[in-house]
Amino acid sequence: MHPAFSVVFFTTATGAGYGLLALLGVLAGQGFVPPDFWLGLVGMGLALGLISAGLLSSAGHLGHPERAWRALSQWRSSWLSREGVASVATFVPAGLFAVGWVFLGRTDGWVAVAGLLAAVGAVATVCTTGMIYASLKPIAQWHRRFTLPGYLIFSAMSGSVLLNALLQAFALGSTIVLTGCVLLTLLGWGWKLATWRHNDRLEIPTNANTATGLAGGTVRSLEWPHTEENYLLKEMGFRIARKHKARLRQITQVLAFALPVLLLITAFALPWPYAAVLSALATSAQFAGMLVERWLFFAEAKHTVTLYYGR
Amino acid sequence: MTCLPANTDKKLGLVIDLDTCVGCQACVTACKEWNTGGHMAPLTDIDPYGGDADGVWFNRVHSYEHMTEMGGRTVNFPRSCLHCETPACVTVCPTGASYKRASDGIVLVDEDKCIGCKLCSWACPYGAREFDSDVGVMKKCTLCVDRIYNDNLAEEDRVPACVAACPTSARHFGDLGDPASAISQLVVERGGVDLMPELGYHPTNKYLPPRAHTPRAASVPAPRLEPVQAEGGFLGWVDRMLSH
Repeated sequence: MHPAFSVVFFTTATGAGYGLLALLGVLAGQGFVPPDFWLGLVGMGLALGLISAGLLSSAGHLGHPERAWRALSQWRSSWLSREGVASVATFVPAGLFAVGWVFLGRTDGWVAVAGLLAAVGAVATVCTTGMIYASLKPIAQWHRRFTLPGYLIFSAMSGSVLLNALLQAFALGSTIVLTGCVLLTLLGWGWKLATWRHNDRLEIPTNANTATGLAGGTVRSLEWPHTEENYLLKEMGFRIARKHKARLRQITQVLAFALPVLLLITAFALPWPYAAVLSALATSAQFAGMLVERWLFFAEAKHTVTLYYGR
Repeated sequence: MTCLPANTDKKLGLVIDLDTCVGCQACVTACKEWNTGGHMAPLTDIDPYGGDADGVWFNRVHSYEHMTEMGGRTVNFPRSCLHCETPACVTVCPTGASYKRASDGIVLVDEDKCIGCKLCSWACPYGAREFDSDVGVMKKCTLCVDRIYNDNLAEEDRVPACVAACPTSARHFGDLGDPASAISQLVVERGGVDLMPELGYHPTNKYLPPRAHTPRAASVPAPRLEPVQAEGGFLGWVDRMLSH
């Protein structure tokens, strides 16, 4: 599948944004994070900023962005529509929570309820994003049990690493949060390795024989219907060289998992502000690494239409 | 509505005979010609005379080599929308632009509602949908919905343009939901198959596999040519001189 930057950025940014929103909604609402003005402004600004930037980026790849409101209508059947509804609905409690925290200086009472609702909305939205991909049968690498948990784990992971950097920046870092994001990053690493291992050994029943209805023997493409690449090949016939794939997987592992874990563990031992600097570096490295991971998620996915082209 | 009808009154579709298709591309050009002025018009071409030609087509004919124990053969393979009974391209549509008609099962796109998110093209395993980057909406085969019910056309012309154009009658149109229809009978008689049945889309269109090889077909090549005797006389002398 063609790794369009708009969608790569969208899923990565909203993943981190919703992760942070969910954690802030729960932790601040329950009193684990103080209702500080600047912390609220920066924290909720980051979460809602990442989410909004991601959503705008995804709208940018539409043929008719001005009709995007129509996408809220078919939630009965479409995961993309459900994602639209969930993302818009989440803005309501998230907005109230932000207003309560930043402008009213409180995260208790109804603000805490709004925080919890925002967290529920965030998790629901990430689930719908994962299901958009997991529900697509023609793309075997996505139509797996690994896809939905992957989206949730990566969202929690990048959100927690971001939360840690935020708290560290305000000298509010805690070993619990640090431990949490190290564990989640390790979980993300393990999940990604397991997913790659699973996909590399994937055996699917769909092949050129079933695609053409020509039973038995081998079916080899003699001639395409067209001389140049068409929409199908540009959108779904993307191929990545094996050596690039291996290199990009290494880059993903270093940037998204290994380096953040190393930096965060070092942050345990160092006093403020060094721990804060390392936490910020861990966040940046992980975000870059997750962009590579998401690029690979698309680039490595093979659509059944490529069978018609002998690819 | 992108929810699918529980069942459709008719299941209009095509049956494509891979035995008789000669890959002449007549259906391709007839489809393009009709539909670029039809329901989904235009079928935009981008840089059509340049080195990077691209454009929207509803019907594309591939050529394959099918090698079996019986030997190899070339199979020409027209590929277009199969108007599936459970088309995921419809259910994934977030706007309701894609829909399956309850009356005849035809899968269509309402271009005025399409936001061009392309998800339907990802959901189609057959590559039946093509995005028109110029108009910004998704386009697909309409089963010539503007021909088959068109009272302005003579009755025999009320078939999809691809069917009307086929010189070898490799394309058949009819109601596949009616077991008594000629087209359903043809599928039974020739053992018509679904494409990628394992994905569970239940395509309406069927493909008739090529007939088995038959010993009746001429398989003896023309007799070998005898070696030419060396010629004598003047011409023989010229031949020998030139052959040096």
